Amino acid sequence: MIYKLSDNIISSLGFTTTANYQAVLEGKSGIAPGKDPAGNAIAVSRMDPGKLEETFRAVFNKKEEYTLPEQVMLLSAHIAMEEAGISASSVRTCFVLSSTKGNIHLLGLPSHGFEKDRVHLWHTAGLLAGFFGNPNVPVTVSNACISGACAQIAAIQLLDQGNYDHVVVTGVDLAPDFIVSGFQSFKSLDGERCRPFDARRKGLNLGEAAATIVYGKEKQPGIALVSGSIRNDANHISGPSRTGEGLFRALKTALGNLPAGEIAFISAHGTATPYNDQMEAIAFSRAGLESTPVFSLKAQFGHTLGAAGILESVIATKALEQGLILPSSGYEQPGIEGAINVSTTLSKTDKRFCLKTLSGFGGCNAVLLFENAL
Amino acid sequence: MKRITSYCRITDQQVILNGKELEISFSGDPGSARLTEIYRYLDVKYPKFHKMDNLSKAGFLASEIVLRSLDYDSETPDGSTSVVFANRSASLDDDKRFQETIDPDNYYPSPAVFVYTLPNIVTGEVAIRNKILGETSFFILEDFDAEKIHIFIEWAFSSPGINRVLCGWTEYLDGLCDVLVMMVEKESPKGMDYNILNINQLY
Repeated sequence: MIYKLSDNIISSLGFTTTANYQAVLEGKSGIAPGKDPAGNAIAVSRMDPGKLEETFRAVFNKKEEYTLPEQVMLLSAHIAMEEAGISASSVRTCFVLSSTKGNIHLLGLPSHGFEKDRVHLWHTAGLLAGFFGNPNVPVTVSNACISGACAQIAAIQLLDQGNYDHVVVTGVDLAPDFIVSGFQSFKSLDGERCRPFDARRKGLNLGEAAATIVYGKEKQPGIALVSGSIRNDANHISGPSRTGEGLFRALKTALGNLPAGEIAFISAHGTATPYNDQMEAIAFSRAGLESTPVFSLKAQFGHTLGAAGILESVIATKALEQGLILPSSGYEQPGIEGAINVSTTLSKTDKRFCLKTLSGFGGCNAVLLFENAL
Repeated sequence: MKRITSYCRITDQQVILNGKELEISFSGDPGSARLTEIYRYLDVKYPKFHKMDNLSKAGFLASEIVLRSLDYDSETPDGSTSVVFANRSASLDDDKRFQETIDPDNYYPSPAVFVYTLPNIVTGEVAIRNKILGETSFFILEDFDAEKIHIFIEWAFSSPGINRVLCGWTEYLDGLCDVLVMMVEKESPKGMDYNILNINQLY
């Protein structure tokens, strides 16, 4: 069990957790019309690069050049650490980076002027720790769309090990041509705002974000990460399992002896692709969670890839702290076979636990169990 | 006591199983062609192999060699084994191939190439091939680091119900292959001691 000291989200909906959470409560979405590199209409949640750069310069007063993913990652980590009041440069602090593609846009810019290693994820992680003067080698997880959960599970391990007092978990991914083209080639993008769990869902929207959670091992009231689990479907590298096998197993392991009835809600992966959402419903049902309220945040932030597991954990645990179950944005018409309780209105709960679930390419699935500890 | 019960090392020059070099007479250039030669030598019947990127091929072959040496039952779903790999370059080898397909003057992005632009796909390929339903994880390190890899393996063992971890270093970039895959088992009477020193020596 580890304890959340602070958090931050930077997305098109705002640069603080409060701004992002408020936008979610107001039903806002950062998803706007855009174009893929071939000129096809897409819907995407993009950050304003000018505003980002301006904020970065104002906060850090640095002359050196940093890429956009680096700027947003550093800003997010900085804001969260300031709020937690921890020493970033302490040998008792460790950084964990979650990203799928980091600085991949540099591959398309042959004369970018940065050193060759800049495109590597270990370099991005090293830059994160080094920027704040931290002496420890950071942990870098790259486990597709579940990376943000894996990074938080790594935080549990690092803090349990006893070498650290604080772990800073930061996730970042933008939506460069590389990623947009890839998802478009898979025909998995919806040209309009996505509709998770809805009958008319036809694909996902990509989103840009960085998000950070600072965890500590000292017991304190508020949000605690109780457990986490990762399990594979052993079924297909790009298609979800028809039986939800890996997600079901991850749910069972993360829940342990906790009865399903104790769970206030599930913040699902809910990408709005036809197969993902159906697979999740099957897995929830198999785990005895068919009547537990479920929502997806993808119609508000898009799929933020390596940031998703952290960003959505931040929003979900804010709601848990306030005793609220969020409505699943974009959902109108039931479109899932079998039992699932998709949340349609903002409602109250006095239960103290929630689940965050994610699934990704490579057949991987992850589940986090959070508690609003007294 | 945990032990390393089998290991396989694949470099551009040789393939080693538990200290013994496999007698494969390479005729092709280092890199992709040699991976195909290893596949033929093993006489594997798994057509999906040919669709994989080089990183997945390299990790798949080393896993295949290790699991065969242990007579691993690849037909029965197995929830007690996890797959944890790490490397330096993530999926950069395939990323470069995908980047070529999104050149504005020659735009033809392919899902078959894009899906491999994630390093953890190799863990998924190994899980699918062997019906492994435990954890699959991928970590990035600047260089091979036995101490860190040892830590990642320990993390995998801390998850309930996990008795075996297929693990190691799977690096492939620009035709250079550098792979060490090991099986670490929780309760095994045989095999070598599982510790940082031995992981370093096997590499």
